[in-house]
Amino acid sequence: MKKLINNPEEVVKEMASGLLYAYPTYLRKLDNVDVVVRKSSPVEGKVGLVSGGGSGHEPAHAGYVGKGMLDAACLGAVFTSPTPDQIYEAIKAVDGGKGVLLIIKNYTGDVMNFEMAKEMAEMDGIKVSEVIVNDDVAVENSTYTQGRRGIAGTVFVHKIAGAKAEEGAELEEVKEVAEKVIKNLRSMGMAFTPCIVPAAGKPSFTLDEDEIEIGIGIHGEPGTHRENIKNAKEIVAELMDKIVSDLPFNDGDEVALMVNGLGATPLSELFIANKEVNEYLMGKNINIYKTFVGEYMTSLEMSGFSITLLKLDDELKGLLDASADTPAFKQL
Amino acid sequence: MLLTKSDVVNILDDIVKIVEDNRQYLTELDAAIGDADHGINLDRGFKAVRDKMPQFSDKDIGAILKNVGMVLVSTVGGASGPLYGTFFMRMGNVVSGKNTLDENDIIAMFEAGLSGIKERGKAQAGDKTMIDAMEPALNELKRALSEGRGLKEAIEAAANDAYNGVLMTKDIAAKKGRASYLGERSIGHQDPGATSAYLMIKTVADYVDKLQQ
Repeated sequence: MKKLINNPEEVVKEMASGLLYAYPTYLRKLDNVDVVVRKSSPVEGKVGLVSGGGSGHEPAHAGYVGKGMLDAACLGAVFTSPTPDQIYEAIKAVDGGKGVLLIIKNYTGDVMNFEMAKEMAEMDGIKVSEVIVNDDVAVENSTYTQGRRGIAGTVFVHKIAGAKAEEGAELEEVKEVAEKVIKNLRSMGMAFTPCIVPAAGKPSFTLDEDEIEIGIGIHGEPGTHRENIKNAKEIVAELMDKIVSDLPFNDGDEVALMVNGLGATPLSELFIANKEVNEYLMGKNINIYKTFVGEYMTSLEMSGFSITLLKLDDELKGLLDASADTPAFKQL
Repeated sequence: MLLTKSDVVNILDDIVKIVEDNRQYLTELDAAIGDADHGINLDRGFKAVRDKMPQFSDKDIGAILKNVGMVLVSTVGGASGPLYGTFFMRMGNVVSGKNTLDENDIIAMFEAGLSGIKERGKAQAGDKTMIDAMEPALNELKRALSEGRGLKEAIEAAANDAYNGVLMTKDIAAKKGRASYLGERSIGHQDPGATSAYLMIKTVADYVDKLQQ
């Protein structure tokens, strides 16, 4: 394992320190727990937004803590959900009197830990609601799965629910708009190479030189199937066929698009993918309202990418356009 | 036969060791169908149990187990943190205030712990989870004890059934947790959660076996 670390056991702590040194005007850390909160939290009269998950997805989630997005991010061990006590401390730290919304990605561990924290905070009399993001279309809802995974589309939930909360909306309203985003959100990803979790020290799975993994999640866990390498146009078409037919997205729809790198895909290749996605959508007469290309929800150094589409209406457009100022997402 | 408080502490210490020894093995099992951290996470949690044990080892058995559960919940993370944490907390609840455990206590603890796991994980036998090792073990333990076979033999039989449960997880598709996203592709792989549950039950059996020699 070749990595820029000191000690596999200290990765999260040291990363958090570096993050705080980089963004002292945005973030502060809670004592004794790996939770990063908005410098000014709790913001009085604003619903608090708490998200988080395993580390290794940077800039998610701490990068989205700031005005117009999250109030707190809980940093779990690498690819491991945070613990209930951590999330409980985050909830207490950001409750500005109007309650707290938990934005959870649909992974068993995340759901269980966040729900335990919710129970703990409710015993203190804090109003807590939750939404569970399940944008990944790779895995069908079947008897085998507990619903779909939450992946990069979660960033749109942070952005839009964050904008709604910033307007001073009530907890129920913020939850409602977050659920509207989730209902209209679809993503799918693929990988060219695996990644190495520092504590494990070796790749989470192996792929031959000419193999790709389709339908990958964001934890280096295997995808839905494996196939032979093909070109960018064909890969994009395979992902888009699944994404577009799933909602489904129709002729005349307006969408927000995110082409998200998983950690080791050059921006040049993400732009090539973006060109293919644009041409694909043009062919279907689906109009892209706003495009985001870059690394929003990574998987350590995994090479690969995901595509996310969010179907917009006027309310969602307005909230997507609202200003945001966080370390990893800025919009005037 | 009774288990004393110091037996419980010794067993927990043995569990810390067995998890440490199998950290890599459990992680490799998880890599095949999950996200390759089961051994790493459990090892982190049980090391924390060992570090914090002096703070509560003089309390009663119920309190010790509840504390172990809380340490696991707050250090393991993932799915196994809340699941094993709940397991130990619920076990602690039913033996609150006790300093020795008889056979009925052991059955009651195991039953409470397992039902806690089922509630928390919303899972049942056959979903390819730790329940597939625990449930057959509990059933066998109850059966063997009701036949009057004695604790040593009963726990040994329970551990054997837990192992058979682990082997059975190879033949079925996962319905819970990360592995469920693989659907049929998870067939052929042994469940890491069932494996860690078996290792813990086996540790209890080995301890009781040594105790009676």
